[in-house]
Amino acid sequence: MTRSARRTRRTLHVAGAGAAALLALSACSSSDDSSSSKSDTSASASPKMSGTVTVFAAASLKESFTTLGKEFETAHPGTKVTFNFAGSDTLAASITSGAPADVFAAASPKTMAIVTDKGDGVGTPATFVRNQLEIATLPGNPDKVTSLKDLTRSSLKVVLCDKTVPCGAAAQKALTASKLKLTPVSYEEDVKSALNKVVLKEADAAVVYKTDVHAAGSKVEGVEFPESADAINDYPIVLLKNAPNAVAAKAFIALVQSAEGQKVLSAAGFLKP
Amino acid sequence: MTKLDTSDAAAETLKGGPRRRRVRMTGHGVPLPLLVPALVGLAFLLLPLLALLVRAPWRSLPSQLTSTEVWQALQLSLLSATLATAVCLVLGVPLAWLLARTEFPGRRLVRALVTLPLVLPPVVGGVALLLALGRNGVVGQWLDSWFGITLPFTTTGVVVAEAFVAMPFLVISVEGTLRAADPRYEEAAQTLGASRFTAFRRVTLPLIAPGIAAGSVLAWARALGEFGATITFAGNFPGRTQTMPLAVYLALQNDPEAAIALSLVLLAVSIAVLAGLRDRWMTPS
Repeated sequence: MTRSARRTRRTLHVAGAGAAALLALSACSSSDDSSSSKSDTSASASPKMSGTVTVFAAASLKESFTTLGKEFETAHPGTKVTFNFAGSDTLAASITSGAPADVFAAASPKTMAIVTDKGDGVGTPATFVRNQLEIATLPGNPDKVTSLKDLTRSSLKVVLCDKTVPCGAAAQKALTASKLKLTPVSYEEDVKSALNKVVLKEADAAVVYKTDVHAAGSKVEGVEFPESADAINDYPIVLLKNAPNAVAAKAFIALVQSAEGQKVLSAAGFLKP
Repeated sequence: MTKLDTSDAAAETLKGGPRRRRVRMTGHGVPLPLLVPALVGLAFLLLPLLALLVRAPWRSLPSQLTSTEVWQALQLSLLSATLATAVCLVLGVPLAWLLARTEFPGRRLVRALVTLPLVLPPVVGGVALLLALGRNGVVGQWLDSWFGITLPFTTTGVVVAEAFVAMPFLVISVEGTLRAADPRYEEAAQTLGASRFTAFRRVTLPLIAPGIAAGSVLAWARALGEFGATITFAGNFPGRTQTMPLAVYLALQNDPEAAIALSLVLLAVSIAVLAGLRDRWMTPS
């Protein structure tokens, strides 16, 4: 009897610890949401626009779109922009399988085509920026990487994006164009995880976008390479057919294409369309 | 309760324990508030698997499955899950023994910490592993500079990531069996002159073998399906660190049919292993 009672108590202890850990985790994740939500008590300027706009955007758009989202919420009180940043292919796959989203911004026409071919987009996608590849190396560039060819040195640990992801496809295109054969240590699932391998100093270099090098600040050092001109990615944006909030979604796309939006995107390192 | 059906119970026990009360249950009928959610629960668990079978690209399946990438991924998955289970056994069984058979300050805390990887999102586990065992990690930097060992982006890294998430399953399972096992057998062995280690080896281990088997299956299955910690810690390279779940995830992006085919393989392997180990699985000590 005492044995089983003791065991029950012990189980409760463990369960308690587990629950506490879960609470701590959920507390972490929910704090992100609450910090970005604005007060929606103030009277809305345009009565039509309210509610949440859900934007599925390529991982490389994270910094600039987050800034634009905040601007949008300030300009249109009562609205809230929520983002899902991931590899464009992942996003395209979830949109075609019915994920509720208003806007899709992809990092390549190819991944955009997955969505538009299924008839999930409204109208023709518009190219709003372009992005060029750059090599991200460790701070100070200790391995003296100066060209794409340097990455083929066997002593270097290089990560690329997976070929299914736009940044991986672009990198492959640049490598093929310059007849280089590069064996990376890993094909990462999106551009941010490729970059993070260098930020964490696990890899010596990664082929990512200019904008990612820009966003990482002093944690990595960027090395431009001429072959990247052969593989510049167009970023298309489209309103989705089953958009739950089409009015606000259109306004968000307009903001992205406006002079103000382009200013934010250029500041992040994107090229004009 | 036991008085009513002692003879039946005795007969049933010979066959295999837990079924003994079945007759009584059906006699009273299964209460609806239990039956309905139970059936819904069963359907909920089985429906996605059925959908996988219904939507499977049966025609293109043979060509999908004969590609070298699939076999590479499958081989790597089986190898790394088995090695990870071996690591779990070597380290986990002694850990379970320590938690179940000894008293030391903070033991309950240690026990709670051991189960932490169970509730931790695997990607978080992967990041934590990078920070600990990565080339620049707390311990990893010494591994690198002293022995020239780096774990990320290697098959060993896959095994480490899988062992990290799978070990709690084994420890919990073995510890539970140890607590249920009568410690007097070990004490008897010791009074007869066996050392504590000999008692563990000759008496305890055979006694808790079913629990270890069950724990190993759980750990192996968890390791086989591991995704988050693996892709974060070991990366993704075909033939070296791309296990089946990673291949499924990446295939899903541009070739959903291939992803379904890969999922079927993984499902078949899991079912085969569970079926093969069913007997041990069903009758823990």
